[in-house]
Amino acid sequence: MQARRLRTAVSLVAVAALAVGAAGCAESDRGDDNSGEAKTGGTFIFAGAGDPKNFDPIFNDDGESFRPVRQMYDTLVQHKPGTADLVGGLAESWEHDPEGKVWTFKLRQGVKFHDGTPFNSAAVCYNFDRWYNMKGAAAQSQMIYYQDVFGGFAKNEAEGAGQALYNKCEAKDDSTAVVTLNQYKGAFPGAFALTALSIASPDALKKGDADTVKQNGDSFEYSSFATTTPVGTGPFTFGGWDKAKNEITLNRNPDYWGEKAKVDKVIIKVIKDENTRKQELRAGTVQGIDFPAPADRKALSGEGFQVLDRPAFNILYLGINQKNPKLKDLRVRQAIAYALNREQLVQTKGPGGTKVADEFMPDTVLGYAPDVQKYEHNPEKAKQLLKDAGAEGLTLNFYYPPDVSRPYMPNPQEIFTVLANDLQAVGIKVTGKPRPWNGGFKDDVQQFGKQDLHILGWTGDYNDPGNFVGTFFGRGKVEFGDQAMTEMFAAITKADGTVDEAGKKAAWEQVNRDIAAKWLPAVPVWHAPPAIVVTKDVQGMIASPLTDERFNTVSVNK
Amino acid sequence: MLRVIVRRLLQLAVTLIALSALIFIWLRNLPGGPVEALLGERATPERRALLIKALGYDQPILVQYGKFMQRVLTGDLGNSIRTGDPVTDVIARAFPATIELAVAAMIIAVGLGVPLGYLAARYRGRLLDNLTIAGTLLGISIPIFFLGYLLKDVLTQDIHWFPPSGRISTGMDNTSVTGFYVLDGLLTREFDASADALWHLILPAITLATIPLAVIVRITRASVLDVLNEDYVRTAEAKGLRHRTIRGRHILRNALLPVVTTIGLQTGALLSGAVLTEKVYNWGGLGTLITDSISGGRDYPVLQAIILLAALVFVLVNLLVDLSYAFIDPRVRVR
Repeated sequence: MQARRLRTAVSLVAVAALAVGAAGCAESDRGDDNSGEAKTGGTFIFAGAGDPKNFDPIFNDDGESFRPVRQMYDTLVQHKPGTADLVGGLAESWEHDPEGKVWTFKLRQGVKFHDGTPFNSAAVCYNFDRWYNMKGAAAQSQMIYYQDVFGGFAKNEAEGAGQALYNKCEAKDDSTAVVTLNQYKGAFPGAFALTALSIASPDALKKGDADTVKQNGDSFEYSSFATTTPVGTGPFTFGGWDKAKNEITLNRNPDYWGEKAKVDKVIIKVIKDENTRKQELRAGTVQGIDFPAPADRKALSGEGFQVLDRPAFNILYLGINQKNPKLKDLRVRQAIAYALNREQLVQTKGPGGTKVADEFMPDTVLGYAPDVQKYEHNPEKAKQLLKDAGAEGLTLNFYYPPDVSRPYMPNPQEIFTVLANDLQAVGIKVTGKPRPWNGGFKDDVQQFGKQDLHILGWTGDYNDPGNFVGTFFGRGKVEFGDQAMTEMFAAITKADGTVDEAGKKAAWEQVNRDIAAKWLPAVPVWHAPPAIVVTKDVQGMIASPLTDERFNTVSVNK
Repeated sequence: MLRVIVRRLLQLAVTLIALSALIFIWLRNLPGGPVEALLGERATPERRALLIKALGYDQPILVQYGKFMQRVLTGDLGNSIRTGDPVTDVIARAFPATIELAVAAMIIAVGLGVPLGYLAARYRGRLLDNLTIAGTLLGISIPIFFLGYLLKDVLTQDIHWFPPSGRISTGMDNTSVTGFYVLDGLLTREFDASADALWHLILPAITLATIPLAVIVRITRASVLDVLNEDYVRTAEAKGLRHRTIRGRHILRNALLPVVTTIGLQTGALLSGAVLTEKVYNWGGLGTLITDSISGGRDYPVLQAIILLAALVFVLVNLLVDLSYAFIDPRVRVR
């Protein structure tokens, strides 16, 4: 009996000692070293906000999947760090024929995939052909960006899918790949920089059975390539995905063709709760977090963290649904625009650096017209327009999602309150309709069109006006009441199909002028810069307007 | 006896089938679904239609249910919509996390609760008793998430004593054998991993333990007070037995019977508390899985599996209780 007690006591003391020891280690690991110089080696731990889906770029369309994918793969064309401007990636240069159909890429030489196989024009064509020839409804339904850009497949599995834009890819010689399209599209060359169109190792794709996406009941099961053996050319190689610990490990690729990574290892830790991400940052257990709450930015920066604003590449708009006959009248829509005090909204509710929006795309995108009609806050004019249109005493329902935070809309509830007050002030009665984002809002607004007004927005995928204005207003959408603005649709289609750069710019500028003055299908509200936060030990993090941050430039100084 | 068991098992099967149908229809009638979650903001009507067709959501609900049951009967619970992993894998990963947390919370609740309750009863009306009673009131009434955030704020942010979230430090090398990290570290001699996991376990376990701790203290105190007034205690004292013997053999042993029942009940209650605690501490167990599966766009297969699993456990425990009654009391068998 005594012996047993003694044993229990000894083991208790041992466990306590171990625990104290661990705390001691944690403390000493955090020891400050303020030498101020960028160091190489070590581990950079970044807290992401959600699970990635898988690591096969073509089947993904969300930022949390793209974050690790961007570290492991490269695209033909890339964004200059910190901007939406295009620079060479795996292709050193590119050019197209006068019709904009034949695109010739001069490829970088001496690049190798992580599995040691060479990157060359055959590999590029293998990837393009793979996307185009993808079979099975399960696979095709998940290729969201491919369909956005290329319209359709060799054999479409779904009714309503468009005709494929892709025609063929030829490997002229080892370093020249020629992609032929059936017709020009304004999205190029910007779309070649899409993370979803990253180039993967043909060998690894074959070995990992990457094209097989199995549908099982309610869900899709991806190949081993997508989950355990992704292979690209990027600055980091895949280290593992521990799903119990929610950690993705990436290792430095010592043979990277570009700027080699400074840290040995990157760990992306999934922490869904925004508050917990912040606490981990403060505790020093992670060195970077994404999407801090707007209200925390000041505090974090006051505590010595680096709050890096991404240049705003997004738009928040107030949608107007013309299914309501009263809202078909341009004067009523203009009255709504004049009623809003967007300047004040930006000042009181916008994250630092937010700007009032006059157009549905940021001013860094080609075709932004500096001289569009602007709607300054003018309640008197709004009232007059409502009177002229015989729409006094208008009652409108206003849908908004109070439960989410989006990069362009960090605080929907507050935005709704301010906008609704502005509208009430000119005599428009507003009935607020809060709906959960995933449990009603998107269905009601985009599928059923139950709303008169709503707030929604968009973050651009690449530098092209079609990706903004074309997405919203290029055709009739339930969201805006399937408005029959044929003139607007035609103008957008024409601008999108203009190959010549100057002509394209002029066409889009005119579209933007006409949207503001003649059509006004919605009211642009603001461009809000989302932020990324890193500790003061971190150097070399370049915030990207497209959230296209690559961690090879990052070093951790501690 | 055998007939009772067979009858109850048949009832169990019918209950589970009815329950599965209810859950299935209820989940699928909630607004918002996996389609929206999968498509994100880039949803076009065509894509939505394609996905709805691919997933079979355009078919009548009874057909969908039939297909679901067909799969379930072959032991296939489907794959998670969010991650694509087999549901059985997803649950198998989360299960040890929840059990580890629940066991730690129970160790704290029982280890502290029984002695505290006993002392409170012994020193009834004195300062210790009053403090304990006040403490249990607070423990029962404080919301778990509030306590969780409070503890985190003070002990991880103001003074860096504990890690704010997770089960083990990010990047810590550990070999997973059982999925219980503290135990795994001891088994594989990775003592630093074990200690690190223990360090992560303390705050969540304290948070989760508060309610059962308060309940156990109160039950123990009441039960000990009852026993103190029993004749046999007085007799023992009159016989001049040693205080230690009286306390151990006569008071505590008898007083513990209702306490043990309570511990059993509280263990069940821990699982519901775990949903909130796991959320606060990013714990990655079943509780986290439930909240993620709801907020992350209705992960039907995972939700169905967890609810059915919980229902199965609940129904089985009830069955066992009923059977044990029948075993103890022959009159039940006659009915």
